[in-house]
Amino acid sequence: MRSLWRTIDRSTVRSVLVVCLADGLVGLAFGAIAVGAGLPLWLPVLLSVVVFAGSAQFLLVGVLAAGGSVVAAVAAGLLVNARLLPLGLAVGDAIGGGRRRTVLGSHLLTDESAAFALLHPSGERRRAVFWLCGVALFVCWNLGVAVGAVVGTLIPDTESLGLDAAFPAILLALALPALRSADARRASAVGVVVALASAPFLPAGLPVLLALAGVLVALPRRAAPITAHSPSASASASAPALSPPPTCGLSSPDSAIGQRKSARRGDGEGTS
Amino acid sequence: MSGATLGLLAAAAVLAVGTLALRLAGVLLRARLTPSERVQEILDTGVTVLFCALVATAALVEAQEFAGWARPIGVAVGGVLAWRRAPFVLVVVAAAAAAALLRLLGLP
Repeated sequence: MRSLWRTIDRSTVRSVLVVCLADGLVGLAFGAIAVGAGLPLWLPVLLSVVVFAGSAQFLLVGVLAAGGSVVAAVAAGLLVNARLLPLGLAVGDAIGGGRRRTVLGSHLLTDESAAFALLHPSGERRRAVFWLCGVALFVCWNLGVAVGAVVGTLIPDTESLGLDAAFPAILLALALPALRSADARRASAVGVVVALASAPFLPAGLPVLLALAGVLVALPRRAAPITAHSPSASASASAPALSPPPTCGLSSPDSAIGQRKSARRGDGEGTS
Repeated sequence: MSGATLGLLAAAAVLAVGTLALRLAGVLLRARLTPSERVQEILDTGVTVLFCALVATAALVEAQEFAGWARPIGVAVGGVLAWRRAPFVLVVVAAAAAAALLRLLGLP
């Protein structure tokens, strides 16, 4: 494990710590909100350990606090977590072999750990980054939730701190390097339009899954001269100014993470 | 143990098992197949699409309604900084600070 540690560059470690800190603060708020809503103190703490998926936890607690049924709350939570399946499919190789390791690593799979793994195309570094982010996030999230549940009302709400803007910004920054590819940009533009158009009508989680249809745009590459401009054009038309497409469309989106690798398979430099 | 407590415990248990099943399904499926470079590319594109959609919906939508201006503007500020290769810390702090500041000024 120590040799794995050495394969990660400093700026990535720093980025992981920033994500952990931000998510720890959100965890603090989650614990406080759950207890503030009249739920028992052990529930947010238990959820954070055994579910370890922020948005599903918030949904579950939200539905329960609003007096919704337990079944509806669980169903809503599972629906937002459905995206973890395609995430596991894409970055599952970052976990490594062995039964116990597979189960443990799967439990540590989150948007954040997947995003960090995605920044590293293959090999040992991909594994190291995934585990670093997964373990660190698990510790920070659970610490935050436990403290928040105990301290409760002393904590200011996430909105006044702007923390609700932190998660999308984190994910956007982590996804930017992948958007260097024109295929990914086209597919993402379509996906964003699909998600935003369906979001007002569908329960949380489903619009994001439907967005995967955007991948189809990237499939028939070079096969037919599809009017390449239409997807991004419609994206910016229906989602003015604030959604990712404008950013997605920028020409050389490099990461804020200090990863300057552009070639997917060119991860060799500096590994040894 | 009261019925309400049992209900909450059951909810936590089902959500935990279901979530782990979803995670494992993807990871195990991945272990079964050795995707070609092309297929891996498509899988990666899928994740990028997923993330972009997640960013858009998380920034703009709250409980099936418009989330207000402060959050998406905060996210956009972070996005621009990230694109200009600002340090990651700055991206995150600026996004949160922008949203917080806008709310302080009365924007929802």
